[in-house]
Amino acid sequence: MVITKGALNGAIACSNSGGHFGSEMKRTGFDMIIIEGKAAKPVYLWISKNGIELRDADYLWGKPADEVDKIMKENTHPEACTMEIGPAGEKLSLIANITFDGHRAAGRTGVGAVAGAKNLKGIAVRGNLSVKVADNDAFLKASYEARDILSKNAFSGGGGAKYGSAILVNVINSVGGIPTRNAHDSYFPEAEKISGEFLTKNNLVRNEGCDSCSIACGRVTEIRDGKYKGEHGVGPEYESIWAFGAMCGVSDLNAIVMSNYLCDRYGLDTISAGSTVACAMDLYESGYMPKEDAPFPLEFGSADALVNAVELMAKQEGKLGKLLAQGSYRLAEHYGHSELSMSVKKQEFPAYDPRAIKGIGLEYATSNRGACHVRGYTVAAEVLGKTDRIKYDGKAELVKIFQNLTAALDSTGICLFTTFGLVGENIAKLYSAATGVNCSEAEFMKIGERIWNMEKLFNIKAGFTKEDDMLPPRMLKEPIKTGPSKGEVEELDKMLDDYYKARGWDENGIPTKEKLKELEIENLI
Amino acid sequence: MKLLSIDVSKCTGCRACEYACSFAHAGEFNPLDSRIKISEFLDDFVFVPSVCTQCEDAYCVSVCPTNALTKNNETGVVEFNGDKCIGCKQCVIACPWGSIKLNHTAKEIIKCDMCGGDPECVKVCQAKALKFVEVEDAVLDKQHRNAIYYKEIASTGGAL
Repeated sequence: MVITKGALNGAIACSNSGGHFGSEMKRTGFDMIIIEGKAAKPVYLWISKNGIELRDADYLWGKPADEVDKIMKENTHPEACTMEIGPAGEKLSLIANITFDGHRAAGRTGVGAVAGAKNLKGIAVRGNLSVKVADNDAFLKASYEARDILSKNAFSGGGGAKYGSAILVNVINSVGGIPTRNAHDSYFPEAEKISGEFLTKNNLVRNEGCDSCSIACGRVTEIRDGKYKGEHGVGPEYESIWAFGAMCGVSDLNAIVMSNYLCDRYGLDTISAGSTVACAMDLYESGYMPKEDAPFPLEFGSADALVNAVELMAKQEGKLGKLLAQGSYRLAEHYGHSELSMSVKKQEFPAYDPRAIKGIGLEYATSNRGACHVRGYTVAAEVLGKTDRIKYDGKAELVKIFQNLTAALDSTGICLFTTFGLVGENIAKLYSAATGVNCSEAEFMKIGERIWNMEKLFNIKAGFTKEDDMLPPRMLKEPIKTGPSKGEVEELDKMLDDYYKARGWDENGIPTKEKLKELEIENLI
Repeated sequence: MKLLSIDVSKCTGCRACEYACSFAHAGEFNPLDSRIKISEFLDDFVFVPSVCTQCEDAYCVSVCPTNALTKNNETGVVEFNGDKCIGCKQCVIACPWGSIKLNHTAKEIIKCDMCGGDPECVKVCQAKALKFVEVEDAVLDKQHRNAIYYKEIASTGGAL
């Protein structure tokens, strides 16, 4: 997990990545690395049993993430784990990511720009220490219990393992909840062509699992025909397919896969990148962007326009490239139409339409790091579970529970995807066995609530107000045009009031003294 | 007699086997204490497990000056007796595959003991890249996987 003040929006920013870096770092004896200040010139950090060293990274500057990973391993230890930024982070793109071992990414909130601003090209770690748990028998038992639950779950043991997270393309499209063509619509008739099922047939080489994972949703892929034939890498997962696909109206899966590879190499967040291209297409087609600003026709549905725009954005070439690299909000604002940015707190929202799935809209509006699905994945209940996605009742409480659970879960280092099967009780058991701190499910959820409130206090100090807990006007005013959710808009106001109440905050969304006292953080105000 | 069979094509590189092995033998999590090893080739995203093959005529056994290493003909396991080990490391040098090594403290020789007949690495491998099978069945999967091509040709009336 990477935590910064957000490059994209100034809010509390955090971004998670899979892979093996976290456990390797733990074996160096460090639980956290804090980077303060800025290096005079490009450096990378090397941590091993021999100590800590800041090394020259001049020769790595400008190189793509996968290559940097390779060189850092060559120059440190062949089995070191690495994190690095690509050229996008160096050039301070506000949607730059940080990659791990050159192919897993902490994608969101522009964390790559923060590393770039510090002249930190990367970190390599190699640990040789053992990790102990408090109660070996209990930990083993809880681990196997969790594994067995996950292997029986329809997502984590079935579709998600077989098809990756892209199994969701058809699932979300079938309820009319996949934002399409910059959310002019929420149903993509060509979804089958960009589905996880088709990706498996068309591009999949094998599955890749993060540390100890029984799901292995990671996709090792290749492009077998067409103009990008021979390219290979990892992904895309669901959100990336949606961003480059439905959101841009593009149904050419190979072009989507290629766009994903470019983002991985140059170091861009795929959700923000895809949604920003979609926003550019919207500006172009609506005439707000002068034709001469676009080096090629930025039309919805054009696979070539998509890949070319991602490349411009990655390399920050020309006026358009530089604008795209700042994300959709700055792009749309530049042309005087910030309402065409499908973002909250300047961060692009992901692959679920709030008009069709009501609770996720409240999550987008209130998520502390800006629009985000993972911090409160109500989709698990609203689409994959039994909760009515179209109703508003109970959604405030649902969002609160998911947010609290995720905040606590993220802090344990366990992947969010485990919550397709695991509940708070399972995680609390693992946590107790590992740490020796006896923790009930209720206490675990309280830890999450405390984190959420602390983040909120950070944002208040950073100048955020109720006005920022808002969705793009298109979500509130323009009904979905076609598909199973035709006619729906999102009514955020009522849910938001309920949410503030459920959280024990005042009518402006400020945590009350009583709430902070209950959470034992009253000293923070 | 059973052996550990490896299917490289199925390995997802999650390394749960390394953790399970280390935990079963050392009570702690450390890939350096694991008897099974996953090598990662990120150019092609290929993950290769390797484990002691319990040689019939093992170099480590031949070279051991104290008979700390012996072949058990009943189970097929090359067994290591720590009480007899003097820490000369000749076995580490002799094994061509790196299957016998020092643990993370660099004081102790470790090698695969097949967990006494119920290997933890196999139990934890969700991808089924690792199996504990009778020797005669060790290559059945591969044989069947190959035979499928011929089966398809034959079942569509094609000439073989």
